[in-house]
Amino acid sequence: MPQTRISSPLPARELAVDGLACERDERVLFSGLSLSLKPGELLLVEGQNGAGKTSLLRILCGLAEPVEGEVSWNGRAIHSQREDYAAELFYLGHLPGVKLDLSPEENLGFVRSLRNRPSREQILAALKAVGLYGYEDQPARTLSAGQRRRVALAGLCLSDAPLWILDEPFTALDKAGVAWLQDCLSSHLERGGLIVMTTHQALELGRQVRSLAL
Amino acid sequence: MSAGLMHAFVAVLRRDLLLALRRRGDSLNPLLFFVLAVTLFPLGIGPEPQRLAEVAPGVLWVAALLATLLSLDSLFRADHEDGALEQLMLMPQPLSVLVLAKILAHWLVSGLPLLLMSPLLGVVLHLPEASFGALFLGLALGTPVLSLVGAIGAALTVGLRRGGMLLSLLVLPLYVPVLIFGAGAVAQAGMGLSYAGQLAMLGALLALSLSLAPLACAAALRVTEN
Amino acid sequence: MWSFFYKLASPKWFYELAGKLLPWFAIGAAMSFALGGIWGLAFSPPDYQQGDSVRIMYIHVPAAILSLSVYTFMAITAIIGLVWKIKLAHMVSANAAPIGAAFTAIALATGSLWGRPMWGTWWEWDARLTSELILLFLYFGVMALRNAIDERTTADKAAGLLAVVGVVNVPIIHYSVEWWNTLHQGSSITSLARIAKPAIHADMLWPLLLMILAFKLFFVTVLLMRTRNEVLDRERRSAWVGELLETRDGV
Repeated sequence: MPQTRISSPLPARELAVDGLACERDERVLFSGLSLSLKPGELLLVEGQNGAGKTSLLRILCGLAEPVEGEVSWNGRAIHSQREDYAAELFYLGHLPGVKLDLSPEENLGFVRSLRNRPSREQILAALKAVGLYGYEDQPARTLSAGQRRRVALAGLCLSDAPLWILDEPFTALDKAGVAWLQDCLSSHLERGGLIVMTTHQALELGRQVRSLAL
Repeated sequence: MSAGLMHAFVAVLRRDLLLALRRRGDSLNPLLFFVLAVTLFPLGIGPEPQRLAEVAPGVLWVAALLATLLSLDSLFRADHEDGALEQLMLMPQPLSVLVLAKILAHWLVSGLPLLLMSPLLGVVLHLPEASFGALFLGLALGTPVLSLVGAIGAALTVGLRRGGMLLSLLVLPLYVPVLIFGAGAVAQAGMGLSYAGQLAMLGALLALSLSLAPLACAAALRVTEN
Repeated sequence: MWSFFYKLASPKWFYELAGKLLPWFAIGAAMSFALGGIWGLAFSPPDYQQGDSVRIMYIHVPAAILSLSVYTFMAITAIIGLVWKIKLAHMVSANAAPIGAAFTAIALATGSLWGRPMWGTWWEWDARLTSELILLFLYFGVMALRNAIDERTTADKAAGLLAVVGVVNVPIIHYSVEWWNTLHQGSSITSLARIAKPAIHADMLWPLLLMILAFKLFFVTVLLMRTRNEVLDRERRSAWVGELLETRDGV
């Protein structure tokens, strides 16, 4: 597949977590969680269903609030720099946030226009990279589940955010898609990016992966 | 507003208008409801012009209020269900500004058509000629307030399965001042009295809700999307 | 000052302090109810126009005053909970809501009873009664929202936010209803708000003030009892509640 990513090095950033605790329905999912993540590192969050993987990722994004503890980005608490942090973050949740009434091009164009505003050529190239060439102007309603996820994943090609937080990004992808995403992840790490993710897919990135068991 | 923020505001506005355009059928529902609800009144209370003219200010305003309420549930729900709301909350712009763009889009799709349709319904209800200005200006100032205040309720109930009924319980009491001043202006005008005071009150409500409601909405979304 | 503030925010400390204070508030409430009630119902003079029906005032006015101030109290505690992230403040706010709603309902019912001899109807769209009715809906909204959300912390924050939005609107609603009332009724009907105000005689004022005090003490008593229960419920997994239950069972 063609390489369309922006490949300049990313700014050196650090994600730190201190004494994090999370409860759901008065059940403690995890507590006293501390770690830090440096450029070029990937943190794989593992655990059974209901262990709090998604909750952790949402706390790391700032979407959910921890019961205790703090997440900081470059030494500052994320809730005190919400917009700055958001500018350096790419998040993909369970739901891809793709509008079924809009075409892939419109979907991607909208999300990116609030960030680094790529040109139309860049957007089309990104869609081509995820194998959506020829589908760019069809309503997303007509696409398959895997294709809809690809629309959201295409944003990775256009992102200049150092931190990627991905919740099961391999879901519904076919073999070619998996290979493309693996490739995408390793080149992000090479550029000095940080990744926190969950997956059931065996990662073949050709480098050491840190894992966290919940 | 900086250029970047303005750009983001316009982008959200455009997307929501585009989505409304793609779902034209759904977007027209509040307007149809408005017309239908107003049509029911002559059937319910009789066609005598004088009696209709007397209740017309209240009927038009209550119908506009309920039509807005009906449309509110969809304001954040679709975005919540497909994950777009999460993405919106993680944008490098203040959420309140993006929410304001959504509310403006909501008003353009649901409030503005009500406003444009209202003179016609005034005619149907034999509203005195002197009242038309007050009705139109009142709705022009009042319906944005309905959208803004209602958005807070929509944000608070966005994740709930049966949010619709709850939404009306939360929002309708807050609509009381708008209803009183809006319908009051029309009634005053019908009696040949000045209605500038009521319009000024509606204007003040608009200014207040324009400055506070987006902040309250953003705070509410951060709570309910937790 | 601040250390006191945070100490008070600790559920265990609150539970113990509230337990100590509770009897005093309860006794105070009972005494002022008895004194104000007997004075107002038996010894204060009847009104020269309304006769004995004016005695409803000793229930109606305190309930109406409390209905409004409890809403404000609920909003203030909600703000404390939201800004300083104090769970206890949310618990207090949550438990103030049903009590305030009950006061509002009492104010409505007694207002309606009072209206019967005064206006000849059970319901008149009087400014105060209308405002009370809308206030009751505002209370219901906060309570319904809290009930509808399963996650407790989310429910706390959402209901708190709604209470704050409501408290901003209460004066606006009140003002608009007053204006609406004068527009539609003029001065042909004496509104409830106007009876109690003008130059009330001292023989009526004192029992009324006593009854207001009684309602306030009653509110604090019930609020402390309810909040203590909620503290136990929410902290039931903590060590101190466990110990407390063990010693109770031992006795």
